[in-house]
Amino acid sequence: MSNQEAISGNGSGSQMSNSGMIITQAKGPLPEGVHLPLYMDNHATTPLDPRVLDAMMPYFTNKFGNAASRNHAFGWEAEEAVENARAQIGKLINCTPKEIIFTSGATESNNLAIKGIAEMYREKGNHIITQVTEHKAVLDTCKKLEKMGYRVTYLPVQADGLIDMDDLKRAIVKDGPDKTILVTIMYANNEIGVVQPIREIGKICHEAGVLFHTDAVQAVGKIPVDVQADNIDVLSLSAHKIYGPKGVGALYVRRRNPRVQITEQINGGGHERGMRSGTLNVPGIVGLGKACEIAGAEMATEAERERELRDYLRHKLESNLDYVQVNGNMEHHLPGNLNMSFVYVEGESLLMGINDIAVSSGSACTSATLEPSYVLKALGLGDEIAHSSIRFGLGRFNTKAEVDYVADKIIEVVQKLRELSPLYEMVKEGIDLSKIEWAAH
Amino acid sequence: MAYSEKVVDHYENPRNVGTLDKSSAEVGTGLVGAPECGDVMRLQIKVNPETQVIEDAKFKTFGCGSAIASSSLATEWVKGKTVAEALTISNTDIVKELALPPVKIHCSVLAEDAIRAAIGDWKKKNGVTESASTETAAAH
Repeated sequence: MSNQEAISGNGSGSQMSNSGMIITQAKGPLPEGVHLPLYMDNHATTPLDPRVLDAMMPYFTNKFGNAASRNHAFGWEAEEAVENARAQIGKLINCTPKEIIFTSGATESNNLAIKGIAEMYREKGNHIITQVTEHKAVLDTCKKLEKMGYRVTYLPVQADGLIDMDDLKRAIVKDGPDKTILVTIMYANNEIGVVQPIREIGKICHEAGVLFHTDAVQAVGKIPVDVQADNIDVLSLSAHKIYGPKGVGALYVRRRNPRVQITEQINGGGHERGMRSGTLNVPGIVGLGKACEIAGAEMATEAERERELRDYLRHKLESNLDYVQVNGNMEHHLPGNLNMSFVYVEGESLLMGINDIAVSSGSACTSATLEPSYVLKALGLGDEIAHSSIRFGLGRFNTKAEVDYVADKIIEVVQKLRELSPLYEMVKEGIDLSKIEWAAH
Repeated sequence: MAYSEKVVDHYENPRNVGTLDKSSAEVGTGLVGAPECGDVMRLQIKVNPETQVIEDAKFKTFGCGSAIASSSLATEWVKGKTVAEALTISNTDIVKELALPPVKIHCSVLAEDAIRAAIGDWKKKNGVTESASTETAAAH
């Protein structure tokens, strides 16, 4: 990528990158194949795959037609491209092209699914079930519905981040005005990477006659997702998490067994079978389709490659540092995700020391509330552990040389910050931190 | 999050990192903040019993870059000052010097607290009575 090449090289000291960040480069030459800044935050977003861009380009220029134009070749050409994309997505998640509704992204998909079902099925019931570590696009939508009079149950997660199937079964209301109409549980978590037992959740929902929606943004294209086998009725996905463009996503809406109906949330022209009006983002949709095609074709080998890199990163960090812990169930886990706490080191200061590497922190010291990640807190982690956590998101373009660079840098900075950490010193002296009366502030 | 050059400098080259003998009568120790809040500062001073001049200061901080810089700066500033002079250092001086943004003001408050807590500990050990002028312990 040109952005990386522009500031690569063997320089030392600080320099400004073209993004305005101060990049402090390592002393001496960088390892071969490592360019700074280094991106390892692929749960936030992913770079566009050049093959996806190639597929999109003609639809920005000479193939610019409106897919809804029914009476000329420009429209037909655009429509054909859109229908091809529907089929590409359908192939990846095992649904028919007609079951795909295009949106502006997964936040819209989640809003449309949850609000659309709540509105459509209000006569049938008033109760929705979700869980506490959902993305805000689901949680905030549910909170809005609560204000509108719906009842929402937020299931807890266990210490490993997975929900308990018995909790789910108990939460489903079978009769009465508060009958459950929808269960919405994410496929894989964006922070800790745990994969929920979706197939079992879907089965429980179907046996109870309740619709099942899943926010599958982090799972689609990374691990096998099959809406038939997984008993999924409605599914949200996004292009920019799978090396496609930003600003486009899709919603799968089941048409048979059962036929799911959704009340539209955007009116104006009746596009997308009336469920989502608005001129289709043809280049974006083409990109989403292409991204799905590539992800499907390469999934098996790529997942294996990322899993190996992830395990290597984990092993290197664990064998060089004490007081580290992995967060979330590692058996049911996305291949590219690693969420680790470097206890007695505050996450933001750690990020500051590795500012040429893009990863995420579970600490939110910049927010006014000083609240650390609600996902990590939901696992029962103490705030001080949550403040110490880093999320690594390995992706298609990360290499072993990059993983080595990241691990070495993390080890160096954690060691330096622990020299600075009064907590680390106290623990090393055998002091029990939980017995100290800390002054609240 | 953009950090000022001075914050980056203190973060990369923290001054006076370390530990003084907290059992010594000449040493005052202030431990402020809480792990669950993401900030803990420990600031120690070594006071000359004759002159009441702070001859040495050390710190260790668990916290963000601004918290590290605030406490590092605090040790620089208290060194060479008398105890009474050190008590005049306020968090707003730290905010100004480090160009801290509003979300990081609490880091400077914590550093001021740490100075006061260390001096308070030293006074307690040495039976120094609080004079009216220094009775400004931060409560917030």
